Amino acid sequence: MDYSSKINDSIKSVKPSGIRKFFDIVNEMDNVISLSIGEPDFKTPWHIRKAGIDSLEMGRTWYTPNRGFAQLREEISNYMKRKCNLTYSADSEVVVTVGGSEAIDIAIRCLVGKGDEVLIPQPSFVCYEPLTIMAQATPVIIETKMENNFRLTVDDIKDKLTENTKLLILPFPNNPTGAIMEKKDLEAIAKLVEEHDLMVLSDEIYSELTYGGKNHISFASIEGMKERTIVINGFSKSYAMTGWRLGFACGPKEIVEMMTKLHQFCIMSAPTTAQYAAIEALKNGDDDIAYMRDQYDMRRRLVVGSLNKMGLTCFEPEGAFYCFPCIKSTGLTSEEFCTKLLHAKHVALVPGSAFGECGEGYVRLSYSYSLKHLKKALTLIEEFLKEL
Amino acid sequence: MDKLLKILSENSAYTTAQLALMLNEPEDYIKAQIKEYEDSGVIRGYQAMVNWDSVPDAGVMAIIELKVTPQKEKGFDEIAEKVMMFDEVSSVYLMAGGYDLALVVKGDTIQDVSAFVAKKLSALEGIVSTATHFMLKRYKEGSVALVDVEEPTDGREMIV
Repeated sequence: MDYSSKINDSIKSVKPSGIRKFFDIVNEMDNVISLSIGEPDFKTPWHIRKAGIDSLEMGRTWYTPNRGFAQLREEISNYMKRKCNLTYSADSEVVVTVGGSEAIDIAIRCLVGKGDEVLIPQPSFVCYEPLTIMAQATPVIIETKMENNFRLTVDDIKDKLTENTKLLILPFPNNPTGAIMEKKDLEAIAKLVEEHDLMVLSDEIYSELTYGGKNHISFASIEGMKERTIVINGFSKSYAMTGWRLGFACGPKEIVEMMTKLHQFCIMSAPTTAQYAAIEALKNGDDDIAYMRDQYDMRRRLVVGSLNKMGLTCFEPEGAFYCFPCIKSTGLTSEEFCTKLLHAKHVALVPGSAFGECGEGYVRLSYSYSLKHLKKALTLIEEFLKEL
Repeated sequence: MDKLLKILSENSAYTTAQLALMLNEPEDYIKAQIKEYEDSGVIRGYQAMVNWDSVPDAGVMAIIELKVTPQKEKGFDEIAEKVMMFDEVSSVYLMAGGYDLALVVKGDTIQDVSAFVAKKLSALEGIVSTATHFMLKRYKEGSVALVDVEEPTDGREMIV
């Protein structure tokens, strides 16, 4: 059968992930020292796992309300107040989703459609562009630059604005660059957002992982922006709960209402066990976050300092758990660099080009690994550079 | 706990440059700090974590429980300090519970250790009784696994 004619044109037009070919090679090799994984190496803290186990032992295995348990939404509302000084109604302005990913998907689908343009800063996580295409809208890529510390600037946005621009994606703290946005950066953008009547999807999944005393600032906390912003967050990165698949969105009730409607039809409700665990995480997990952040920070300094010493210019990442060294000095493309490093030293990094064309000339190195593992990998990378 | 000490106690093979990066302190400060710990006796030495079970003819080890009569004034310290002077003894601990001192003793053969207990240790004044337990296999020491347990594989499979 000619399945091509049976398949939706939008999904056909979505480019497959550029790194698949590279990682097909990685997967066939033995003894690879990987620095490529984008999730915490920590296990979910025990008391959080226990809350999930307890709920299973009690037989709490049913669906939850579509929006998520009321108690969980209450805790999320408290969390947003505690961390960002934002007030969201647990009843109408919070929806619990299957990871931050689902929240991004339903937010985009509820906000844009045919003829709308979505501004997507890159390098960034790989999902925004495909999800925009699936929503029939048009992705417009904005390149962030190393000379701006990979922050998004008003000038970058201005060049890309048209009368069809409707939504701006703000992916900070950023995967893969580790860039964050400070208050003044956000305020400048807020002005532009107001002037051009835009909505903003602020993906703040790495909000708990910022370093050097720079606390995360939610875009919604900038004056006038709460009514224009859908904040996406979740449990994966902050509480090392990736596999539980639990995230949430907060925003104006009219939009959260629509997102909940879509969520109800495509998902029903987010995983029940995970929701019980998440209640425990929000109630008693602040110390776990602090501990893990401290560990990441130690690794971050070791990795960034070592890379700079060996001549791979590395902008100082202030968030998430990645660094994004520039490899242009080697004269290789991102993919060539990664392939050669893999064959020569069995160390796997992710080519920057996987996160958008403007990621070319960079590689992403995840420091979500033990110090022992990082130390070994850094020694091998240094050897590789000397032998080039 | 002091972060520098914690790191060194887990792995003393970091360079001072690496420690300086990790702890966000100048390298000179790290060097001074380590020297201070060494001078004041907080850091007493650096050792490789050797798995003696994998070294041919590395000898035998035993844990010895000692019951002793505490001495006037000095309590258990006097006898403990005498016991620790023997080269055969690699560790000495004062214990709460069924006996008083726990020793780790090394020897070339079981006979060596037996002779040490019978002739040297038991002969000390104040030793009431000994119980010698020979070690058959070492699994973990100083937080380091000594057997090749399958490294917990990185269960993470998602790349991006």
